[in-house]
Amino acid sequence: MTDSYLPPEHSSANLWQPNRVASKRSQAIVKFIFGSFAVLSIFTTLGIVATLIVETIKFFSQVSLVQFLFDNQWTPLFSEPHYGIFVLISATFLTSLIALLVAVPLGLLAAVCLSEYAPRNVRAWLKPALEILAGVPTVVFGFFALLIVTPILKTFIPGLQTFNGLSAGLILGIALLPTIASLSEDAIFAVPQDLRQGSYALGATKRETVTDVVLPAALSGIVAAIILGVARAVGETMIVTLAAGQNPTLTLDPRVPIQTMTSFIVQVAGGDVPVGTLKYDTLFAVGMTLFVITLLLNILSFWFVRKFQEKYE
Amino acid sequence: MTATGPKAFIPDEGIAPDEFEPNLVGRYKLDKVFAYASWAATIIGLVVLAFLLISTFADGLPRLGSSFLTSFPSRNAGRAGIASALAGTVWLLLITAAFAFPIGVGTGIYLQEFATDSWFAKMVEVNISNLAAVPSIIYGLLGLMVFVRILEPITGGRSVLAGGLTLALLILPVIIVATRETLKAIPDSLRIAGMALGSTRWQVVRDHVLPLALPGILTGTILGLSRAIGETAPLIVIGAQTFVPFLPTGLRSSFSALPIQIFNWTSRPQEAFHANAAAASIVLLVVLVSMNAVAIYLRNRFQQNR
Amino acid sequence: MHSNSAAAVGTSNAFHVEKGNYYYGSVLAVRDVFLEIPEKKITAFIGPSGCGKSTVLRCFNRLNDLIPSARVEGKITYRGVDIYDKSVDATELRRRIGMVFQKPNPFPKSIYENVAYGARINGYKGDMDVLVERALRGSALWDEVKDKLKDSGLSISGGQQQRLCIARAIAIEPEVLLMDEPCSALDPISTLRVEELMQELKKHYTIIIVTHNMQQASRVSDMTAFYNAQATDKGGKMGYLVEYAPTQTIFNNPSQVATQDYVSGRFG
Repeated sequence: MTDSYLPPEHSSANLWQPNRVASKRSQAIVKFIFGSFAVLSIFTTLGIVATLIVETIKFFSQVSLVQFLFDNQWTPLFSEPHYGIFVLISATFLTSLIALLVAVPLGLLAAVCLSEYAPRNVRAWLKPALEILAGVPTVVFGFFALLIVTPILKTFIPGLQTFNGLSAGLILGIALLPTIASLSEDAIFAVPQDLRQGSYALGATKRETVTDVVLPAALSGIVAAIILGVARAVGETMIVTLAAGQNPTLTLDPRVPIQTMTSFIVQVAGGDVPVGTLKYDTLFAVGMTLFVITLLLNILSFWFVRKFQEKYE
Repeated sequence: MTATGPKAFIPDEGIAPDEFEPNLVGRYKLDKVFAYASWAATIIGLVVLAFLLISTFADGLPRLGSSFLTSFPSRNAGRAGIASALAGTVWLLLITAAFAFPIGVGTGIYLQEFATDSWFAKMVEVNISNLAAVPSIIYGLLGLMVFVRILEPITGGRSVLAGGLTLALLILPVIIVATRETLKAIPDSLRIAGMALGSTRWQVVRDHVLPLALPGILTGTILGLSRAIGETAPLIVIGAQTFVPFLPTGLRSSFSALPIQIFNWTSRPQEAFHANAAAASIVLLVVLVSMNAVAIYLRNRFQQNR
Repeated sequence: MHSNSAAAVGTSNAFHVEKGNYYYGSVLAVRDVFLEIPEKKITAFIGPSGCGKSTVLRCFNRLNDLIPSARVEGKITYRGVDIYDKSVDATELRRRIGMVFQKPNPFPKSIYENVAYGARINGYKGDMDVLVERALRGSALWDEVKDKLKDSGLSISGGQQQRLCIARAIAIEPEVLLMDEPCSALDPISTLRVEELMQELKKHYTIIIVTHNMQQASRVSDMTAFYNAQATDKGGKMGYLVEYAPTQTIFNNPSQVATQDYVSGRFG
C-alpha cells in the first residue's frame, strides 16, 4: 500500500493486505482481451467488405458496369456469357414481394391478436411457440415448398411448373411470419397502458383504440420489424434455391422457374469453381449487390426508428 | 341522440348532444370483423406451420430407424443414412460454441461493463446491429475467402474447422446482444455495492454480476447455436460435401452436415430420397426444438426469479 | 353517510353509489362505498395510497371493465340509471363521462388530431376546427399552441400535455370529468394553472378528482370523500370510505378521528 495517499489506518491494519497491484493487473488483462474480442466484430465487417470489394473489382475489370446493369440476360456459365444482374434482382424482387404480401398482413394481425386480443394465458404459450417456429431451418421450409406445396398448387393453378416463384414466395412468407409477428408484438405490447385507457375514456371501441392509437404509437418498432423481414426475404437462400429453381429469366411471372441472387451463389459455389476464374469473381459481384441492398435496408430502418420513435416514460 | 345502437338510457343533459352520431352498431360490427381477422391470421400461420410439421413427419417417420442414424450416404436411398451428416453437425456445434461463446460473451461484457458510452463502444454497437442483418450467405463468401483460402494452411481448406469458424462469426451478434441485454437488466446497485467493498470492476463482474447473468447469457447462446446448426447456405458456399462416407477425423477433415444432407436429398429427382430428406428434417427439428425449448425455459425461469 | 350531500351544496345528484364493493379477482379491494356526487361541483377523493380511490373513480366510466378480473358489486347510478345495467353501453357511457389521467398521455398524433380524435370516432357532425379551438380555449391552451396545431402532441411541455388531455376530454362534450391525480406529474406552476382551469370547468361539468395532495383538495373541491386502507390477513390492503362531507367540514370539523389525523398530517 505504498502508493496510497490516504491517512494511516487503525491499529489492525497489518491484518489487511490486499494485493491491489495484482487485482488491477488482472483487470487490465481481462479488459485488453475482451476489448480485442470487440475489435473482432469490426474486423468481421471489414473482412466482408474487403472480400466483396477485392473480388468485385476483379469482376469489373472483365465485365463492364453498363453490361452488369443493363443487359437483360444472365448466362455467366455459358460459352457466350451475359451478366445482366437485373435478371437475378427481378427474381429476388418477385419472391420477396410475394413473401411480404403474405407475411406483413398476417404477421401484423397475429401480433395485434397476441398483444390485444389473446387472453394472457394463451399469449403465454402462443408467443414461445411462435419463437420456436421462427427457428425452423429454412432448408426444411424449402423441402416443404418444393415437395408438398407445389404439387398442391399445381392442381388448381394452370401452367404452374415444378420450380416456380409462387410457392417459394408463399412459403418464404410463412417462414418470415413468426419473426415479423414476434418483433411487432414486442413493439405493440410495449405501448403504455395509459394510452389505451386514454382512448377508451374518450368512447373509442377496441378496434379504434388499436388501429388509431396503439399501432401509430408502435409504428417505429413495426416498421423496423417489416424492414428486417424485407432484408431476410432478400437474403434468404434455401427456400428459393429449392423451390424457385435455377433458371435465370427476366420475368415477373410467378409460375415459371427463376433464379434469385442467392440461389445463383449456391449454384455456382456448390459446383467447386476454380479460384481466380471469372465465374468465381461473379459469385462475389452478386454477393456485393446483395450486401449493398441489405445494407441500404438496414440504414433505412435505422433512420426510420430514429426519426419516428415516440418517447414515452 | 339518434336511435342507433344499444342506447344508453341515461337522461340527456349534454351541451349539444345532437351533434354526435356515435353509430355504435356499425362500429361494433367493424370491431368484430377486425377481431376475427386477427384471430384468423394467427390461426392461418399456426395451421400452415402445423401442416408443415405433420407432412414432414408423415413423409419421414417410416424411414426413421436406428440404421438411418448410423448409415453413411449411399446411392441406394433405402440404405442411405445420416451418420456423417449428424457427426458433422455435432462437430460444427462444438467448434462454433468454442469460438462464439467466449468471444461473444467477452465482447458483451466489454461493451456493457468496461467501455460504456465511449465512441468505440458506440461504433461496435452500430457495427453489430449491421452485422446481424447481413444475409448468412454473405458470411459464406467471407468464410470462403478468409478461412478456406487465406487461412488454408491452418484450417486445411474446405474443412469442418472453416465451417465452424464461419458459423461462429455468423452468430456472434446474437450472443453479444443477448449478453448485453442480460447485463443491462442487472441493477447497478449490485455493482456499486461490490465496488463499495473495495472490489475492482472486474472482480464485481466476475463474482457478482456474471453468476446472475449466466442463465440469460446461456439462453442467448443456445438460440444462436440453434440458428447456426440450421444454416445451410454458408456451408454450401464454403464447400461442405454432400457425399461423405466417413466421420470427421479431425478439425481439418472435410465434412457434411444435416441441413446439407437435407438439401441434397430434396433436390434429387427420385422420390425415395425425398423420404430421406423428411426423415433427416425430423432429426434436425427435434434437435433444434429441444435446444430452443431449453433456452426459452431458462429465460422464463430467469425472468421469474428477478 | 346517508346525509343528502347534494342538498348540502345546493344542487341535484349526478352519481349515486350504494354499497359499492370492488373486487380484483377474489380480492376485495374496496368495500362499503356510499356516495352521492353532486352535479356541477368538484368532489375530491383523498386518502393514503392503496385505499382504492382510483378504483372507485374508474367505475364511474367503467374503465375497470378493461381489467378482466375486476368486478363491482352494489349499485352505481348516473342520473338515476344503473350504469352497470346490461342496457347501458360502456363506449357510449365513456363518451358522456370524460377522464383525465395521472400522467399526461397524449396520443402519438398532432395536437389538432389529439383533440379531434374522440369527436371523430364518435361521429361529430359539426365543424371540427371550431370544436378543436373551443376545446383548446376551454383548457386554456389555445394561445400557446394555436400556431403549431400540426406539431406532435408529445412535443409540448408536461403541463401543456396535461391541458391537451383536458382539451381532448372536453372536446367530446362530456357531462362529467373524472380526474385521476391530474397534477401529480406536474410542477407547481402547471398545477396552479390546472386548478384555475378546474374552477372554470365546473361551471359546465361535474368534476370528480382523486388527489394525494390535501391542500389541493381543500383549495379546489366542494365535497370531499376520505378513504382509508386497512391491512387484510392475506397481506394485502383493503380500502374503505371513512367519511364523506362538504370539504369545509372534512378539513375543519370531521366527525371521524381517522379523518382528523389524516387531514392534520398525523399519518398518510
